[in-house]
Amino acid sequence: MSTERPEPALTPPADPPASSSAPSRRAFIATSTAIGGTVVAGGLVAGPPPLGAEAAVAAEAAPGSRVSLTVNGVRHTVTIDNRTSLLDLLRERLGLTGAKKGCNAGACGACTVLVDGRRVNSCLTLAVRLESAEVTTVEGLEKGDRLHPLQQAFIDQDAFQCGFCTPGQIVSGVACIQEGHTGSPEEIREWMSGNLCRCGCYVKIERAIEQAAGRK
Amino acid sequence: MYPFTYTKAADTREALSAGRHGGRYIAGGTTLVDLMRETVEHPGSLVDISPLPLGEIVVTKSGGLRIGALVRMSEAAAHRGVRALYPVISQALELSASAQLRNMATIGGNIMQRTRCTYFRDVTADCNKREPGAGCAALHGYNRGHAILGTSDRCVATHPSDVAVAFAALEATVHLLGPDGARSLPFADFLLRPGSTPHREQALRPGELITAVEVPAHPRPLKSGYLKVRDRQSYEFALTSAAVALHVGGGVIREAKVAAGGVGTVPWRLPAVERHLIGERPSDGLWAEAAEQATDGARPLRHNGFKVELLKRTVERQLRTVGGTQ
Ligand SMILES: Cc1cc2nc3c(=O)[nH]c(=O)nc-3n(C[C@H](O)[C@H](O)[C@H](O)COP(=O)(O)OP(=O)(O)OC[C@H]3O[C@@H](n4cnc5c(N)ncnc54)[C@H](O)[C@@H]3O)c2cc1C
Ligand code: SF4
Ligand code: FES
Ligand code: FES
Repeated sequence: MSTERPEPALTPPADPPASSSAPSRRAFIATSTAIGGTVVAGGLVAGPPPLGAEAAVAAEAAPGSRVSLTVNGVRHTVTIDNRTSLLDLLRERLGLTGAKKGCNAGACGACTVLVDGRRVNSCLTLAVRLESAEVTTVEGLEKGDRLHPLQQAFIDQDAFQCGFCTPGQIVSGVACIQEGHTGSPEEIREWMSGNLCRCGCYVKIERAIEQAAGRK
Repeated sequence: MYPFTYTKAADTREALSAGRHGGRYIAGGTTLVDLMRETVEHPGSLVDISPLPLGEIVVTKSGGLRIGALVRMSEAAAHRGVRALYPVISQALELSASAQLRNMATIGGNIMQRTRCTYFRDVTADCNKREPGAGCAALHGYNRGHAILGTSDRCVATHPSDVAVAFAALEATVHLLGPDGARSLPFADFLLRPGSTPHREQALRPGELITAVEVPAHPRPLKSGYLKVRDRQSYEFALTSAAVALHVGGGVIREAKVAAGGVGTVPWRLPAVERHLIGERPSDGLWAEAAEQATDGARPLRHNGFKVELLKRTVERQLRTVGGTQ
């Protein structure tokens, strides 16, 4: 069931528990995003000059749109700059920092989430296109207090070191299992190749997926 | 990324009308969003074509395949008809990109994808394709990944698509719909060699929409497959690749369709290899001799000379895999 939630206020979402009264890194980022225009416009001024007719829309108010989508069972309606990726929407607006920004170019898989049940790279997904979509992030996998079997398997198999790639690996792994591409270690490796791990935990990641798929 | 307006086209008419007024179509977005973020592309308005009814794969009456432009790479690869009739297509697709990207990317977008030349993607480098007349940084730069066939002194970038190599071998047709109506182009005429205008990559007219790619029925059933050679085992573009489709009847090769990827400015059909095979009996010796013809006209650059030998070996191995040994 999906609960309705109003557009989130542009205050820091989901502050990390740590910290003193000094603003946290996340709070800082969120606030700068809130001031929004400033950051974006700054980038534009520093970048190449506007490009004539084609990019004439530029300058003052960047075109935005309103979009309603469901994330981990919660419905959100947000007004966003059309340029916003699903990854930035999740991390900077909705406070869901599980999906990670590695390359921001489709080349690493750290940002993997499910859209309408299919694994995709959220960095290359424009949020404005997701009207009525159902998005699942790593935060949406556990049931109550129970970890998803693949999350548990990652712990059992010690399938990470720094953990940066892990949310993407787990979401991608959940889809890999659903798709039925777990027939052999080689098949798992091939169908998980869209998720890079710079710590090189591939052997254990493959074992974790085997465990959750019920092959071990 | 530069700002842009966004509209979702409700139907084909709306899309074409927006396209005629300069709107840029977006399908899976895996090429376009990436290049917009790098400011290589900067469309002022995006037209989302995902609602259009172009997402079907139909086995035609004559036994060919019509793959809608909005069919996702993952769907086309998994489709039973595709797997049964043309394994070379599903193999080329499954050896492309990643499972995530294949869930997003479409067949129409795939054949429209732009080169991975790093100078093209770097807006501070000189690139004739990105900025006509600017020069080509790759010509005397680091060109290990670049083309050895179909190049010009203006551009030596490869076309990076895998499935396009299969489409070239199978003599596919691209169906188009524009403000002036529908038309079709042979795949070989759809993608353009750089010549003196490397910024022109496809024979699309302004506002024209790809509606489908059709692979014809071939009178004799073909055995086919795709081999891709790359710097790592998966999730990487081809250094060289080979799409091979053969019909062997009565112990003799009756039909041979061969094309190469990773080496040409467009997917590279290999007619000399095909001619060498027709009427002959399959044998290891034959595969090797035929593969020798694969690099006719090759012009290696400073860092990609290895592709000449690698291409011959790729073609030879894939001929043997598909045609067998006697
Ligand atoms: C990390 C990475 C690795 C990759 N590896 C591979 C690989 O190994 N092999 C491979 O083949 N590809 C690879 N790709 C490329 C990928 O396959 C393409 O990006 C994808 O197929 C493009 O399809 P799309 O639907 O996302 O296109 P989009 O990005 O939506 O569009 C691309 C272009 O096509 C135009 N367009 C789209 N649909 C139509 C239509 N119906 N009519 C007219 N114009 C249209 C758009 O206007 C745009 O100019 C890789 C991509 C990435 C990011
Ligand atoms: S090879 Fe082509 S795409 Fe690459 S820099 Fe030269 S002109 Fe640009
Ligand atoms: S951040 Fe999306 S693929 Fe790397
Ligand atoms: S655990 Fe460090 S990148 Fe994978």
